[in-house]
Amino acid sequence: LVVYCVCVCVVCVCVCVCVCVCVRAFNVLLTVCHRLTALVKDYCGCLSEKSVQMNFALIYELLDEVVDFGYIQTTSTDILKNFIQTEAVSSKPFSLFDLSNVGLFGADTQQNKVAPSAAATRPIVSSQGEQGSKNEIFVDVIERMSVVIGANGVLMKADIEGEIRVKCYMPSCSEMRIGLNEEFSIGKSQLSGYGAAVRVDECSFHQAVRLDEFDTYRILKVCPSQGEQTVMQYQLCDDLPTAPPFRLFPSIERDSGGRLLMYLKLRCDLPPKSAAINVSITIPVPKGSLRLSQELSSPDQSAELQPKNKAVHWEIPRFPGGAQLSALFKLEVSGLSAASLQEVGPVSLSFELPKYTCTGLQIRFLRLSPIQPGPSQRWVRYVTHSDSYTIRI
Amino acid sequence: MPYLGDEHTVRELRRALSNPNVQADHLRYRNTIHRVIRLMSQGQDVSGLYSEMVKACATVDIVQKKLVYVFLCSYASLNPELSLLVINTLRKDCSDHNPMVRSLALRNMCNLRLPGLSQYVQQPLTVGLKDKAACVRRVAVLGWAKIHTLQPNTEIDVAVVNELYGLLRDPDPVVMVNCLRALEEILQEEGGVAINKPIAHHLLNRLKLCDVWGQSEVLAVLQRYRPRGEDELFDILSLLDPALLSHHAPVMAATLRLFLSLCSTLPAVCMSALERARGPLLAAAGSTSRELRYAALCHIQLLLRSEPGLMGEHYKRFFCGYAEPPYIKQNKMQVLVELVNDDNVAMVLDELRGYCTDVNTETSQTAINAIGSIGRSYTDRCLAILTGLLGLKQEHITSAVLQTLRDLVWVCPQCGDAVCSALEGWEDNLQDSQGRGALLWLLGVYGDRVTGAPYLLEDCIDGVRSEVSAEVKTELLTATLRLFLSRPAETQDMMGRLLVYCIEEEVDMCVRDQALLYYRLLHCGIEEVRQVLQGGRRSDPSLGPLIGRPPEPISQWASSFNTLEPLTLGASTVGNSDHATPKPSTLTPNTLTSNAEAMTPTPGDPHLPDCSSGALSLSVSPALTPEEFERLWLQLEKGVCVACPVPRCSPEGLQVALQLVNIQTLAFTPPNTHPWRVYLYTHTSHISTKTPHTLILPEHTHTHTALAHTHTHTHTHTHTHTHTHTHTHTHTHTHTHTA
Repeated sequence: LVVYCVCVCVVCVCVCVCVCVCVRAFNVLLTVCHRLTALVKDYCGCLSEKSVQMNFALIYELLDEVVDFGYIQTTSTDILKNFIQTEAVSSKPFSLFDLSNVGLFGADTQQNKVAPSAAATRPIVSSQGEQGSKNEIFVDVIERMSVVIGANGVLMKADIEGEIRVKCYMPSCSEMRIGLNEEFSIGKSQLSGYGAAVRVDECSFHQAVRLDEFDTYRILKVCPSQGEQTVMQYQLCDDLPTAPPFRLFPSIERDSGGRLLMYLKLRCDLPPKSAAINVSITIPVPKGSLRLSQELSSPDQSAELQPKNKAVHWEIPRFPGGAQLSALFKLEVSGLSAASLQEVGPVSLSFELPKYTCTGLQIRFLRLSPIQPGPSQRWVRYVTHSDSYTIRI
Repeated sequence: MPYLGDEHTVRELRRALSNPNVQADHLRYRNTIHRVIRLMSQGQDVSGLYSEMVKACATVDIVQKKLVYVFLCSYASLNPELSLLVINTLRKDCSDHNPMVRSLALRNMCNLRLPGLSQYVQQPLTVGLKDKAACVRRVAVLGWAKIHTLQPNTEIDVAVVNELYGLLRDPDPVVMVNCLRALEEILQEEGGVAINKPIAHHLLNRLKLCDVWGQSEVLAVLQRYRPRGEDELFDILSLLDPALLSHHAPVMAATLRLFLSLCSTLPAVCMSALERARGPLLAAAGSTSRELRYAALCHIQLLLRSEPGLMGEHYKRFFCGYAEPPYIKQNKMQVLVELVNDDNVAMVLDELRGYCTDVNTETSQTAINAIGSIGRSYTDRCLAILTGLLGLKQEHITSAVLQTLRDLVWVCPQCGDAVCSALEGWEDNLQDSQGRGALLWLLGVYGDRVTGAPYLLEDCIDGVRSEVSAEVKTELLTATLRLFLSRPAETQDMMGRLLVYCIEEEVDMCVRDQALLYYRLLHCGIEEVRQVLQGGRRSDPSLGPLIGRPPEPISQWASSFNTLEPLTLGASTVGNSDHATPKPSTLTPNTLTSNAEAMTPTPGDPHLPDCSSGALSLSVSPALTPEEFERLWLQLEKGVCVACPVPRCSPEGLQVALQLVNIQTLAFTPPNTHPWRVYLYTHTSHISTKTPHTLILPEHTHTHTALAHTHTHTHTHTHTHTHTHTHTHTHTHTHTHTA
């Protein structure tokens, strides 16, 4: 029977919509769910248990317009905007961090030039006054890298998947021109004569992007609709333009007291101006590991043994480029044998590289035409995430 | 299940809703309704407020209207009489000047699910189909489908169906797609909407205007259309071609499915479509969403069944990320096993070795299984890894390795030595019954080569009382009996004890029956036991090195592409990955081998057909183990191989043909690889001398070599160096001349 059951699970950031209709196509269902989460984010600002509780009426309305009789009608934020009448309620908990933008006696601070990270998590349609009237555009270049480095330090696999995401808060935006690096090339065949070329293997664009100036000037022309959309996606396989961001120099041995000694030196090969943040290193250790004693090179780092996962977690909040950190872990392992050493590794890292793209893709300019009436603000952010960064030992 | 709401709250809400002061202040009114809906979505029963909510329906405030409609649609079936009151309001709204109000009213009127609804709704729906606002037409079209499902047995109104067919030409793409949907529902019994040539071409031409969801639905409907001729077919294909590269997974998958169904008679076109779609599929397999990733992996597995070489060079894309959930990791490993070839085997094994120590035991077991499957073609490397893993002394790893070794030994008997040396000095005590079963099987089969086997068995026999698994007990019985055959002195006593226990005290019928069977068998004499238990051979080597299933035709799975089916297939193989591998039970090896024994002709068999004229005869038995073959092959001069153009028949066909003339194919490379290689051998016996010689015929086949006849010197492994000139024709005719 044609029944659609909509269950909004908000335990974490997850909306699961089961559209049990004759849509048999598997990935239609999946992508609908993802699109719905994106829509809820657009309209409610963020997707969390709290925002769903506060905006349940809005979400009912949204689902009503998106799905009729189990069939998807439209999921475009632009079209839906005309039908959605309820206003979003956004929760803004008071936070001390908000004060950091205010200088002494109201003077401008350096931070005024940087948008707070929460700026892009507000509903696209909001009532007049306060933040809502701001004409803002956020362009994010987000890359995810998955890397495998062999025990001998050789790069065995390196994939980068990137995307340019635009989040637009302007009620009427005519046309935006996004200029990429001029020496941006697609595919393996094109070799640029000069260095610093930015190359990707495959590249695909949102259907609304016009590419008439792309071939010559590397300019994307797009009329962004309100809300978030991915303008361009690209991939690069096996051929990183720069060295991978982290190298590990491990030495692992058994000491005379039957303990396992792990001396790890970690080097960050980023340019000195960049830094990695929230670096978390997971080192699998033998099964019978009981206790850990550690010597870390600076006080802000921390490490702990997680016996359930058979792993040592080493956290580094900030890791500047060019720096080298070291850690000495002494593990008491019950029944330590030569074979136990095989259980150590591979080490995996997760981190975030703000203001850095591994492919080197940059946005030269961001122009709105014709010039918007009133002040408009354009923000560009770059970030690289580690999808999976594994170093074998 | 709505739990009984707080009576007090409901009463308070009712008072508020009927309070004229609240009704006058539309913000307060709206807030009260808001509270009602909140209670409703929290699962409380607020159906008692129905009549108050019906009154609230008559308002100009659209937000309030929408809220009330949510309430009314949920509780309408509980209050059919009161709902008729709503219909009047709704019908009035249907003629509102605001198109949004019109569409809203029409949609919710059809959603009420009341028995007598259709008589009230038909008129506004008919008007709605001709509305000038697209959003009303969209709703009206689907409204007919709703009415039809509400009363499925009513007559289909031909006028409505014709009108809907006409609306396929509507300028609004959503109306067009909705018409398709509605017609599919209404005409379900007639097999859905009829697609003729004008409709099909109209849909194809307007495909670009639809959004992603509409496109995938139109593509699904178009599958029913059969083009008239090749020209039309290729026109359609070239229209669809760009969509194959779409970065929206649903559109890409729907297009590929349509391609496969349209070109079911043109395999070459299908193959090139698969190759075109490879990029987007790989992209989907690496997408941020895990669910999509899993789905894409399941579909890639499907594709690999027909086109094993499709993803070969992209094997690195299937390496697991450390944070990926186990189901994706396991799926990726299954894909990796399919992609192994000479160039990447080292990398893949290295990677799989890393997963064996994964925290998740299922993942590590899948990794070990995967290494075992690769071991069928790359035995030495995999054995080294597997035996190395035993050194970790971890329960679940050891158990999985033993099961894998058992399966591997069954398929590749030549690795018996390595397994025996791994079992030498075994002292672990396994808890896992499947692992213990595998260990016992190995001990039974290789008992003569493992020194400590009787002691290991004795430990098990002593502890048989506390053994819970019947499977292990039957395995123990067979292993003990097998060991008794090879080492009677050490085993006799404990075998007696085991049989006594199993016959006298065992409660499980299967175990007891098997013990009785063995007991009676032993009475028949040792030769009988040997016949049943060993059958002369341990396994069938002809099963072994012929790796790789033949590629399936695409039509086998094309119908399940882009449905949920591949996902459920994937789940079932992930779930019981260890059951999916062929698992030799205690008895099957014997029955198999004894059958094989009966069927293969032995050398000197009088019934052996003389296949070549003259004094020379060829025979395929005794079977050569791959190990022996390799040794003999290496003895040959470097570079001795026969090159000839690629045979036009399939490898399997060639193999069968060669077998007819008594030449055994030991192994061949997967089809479509260049150069394609095949390894052959046969035994010659001169009738005069009766001394068998073994001929090794390594063959090396090129695509572009025009040499059809190459004379090759081939050594035999006997001490008399017989030089043989081998002519190998391509058309499966093989002549062997002896110099």
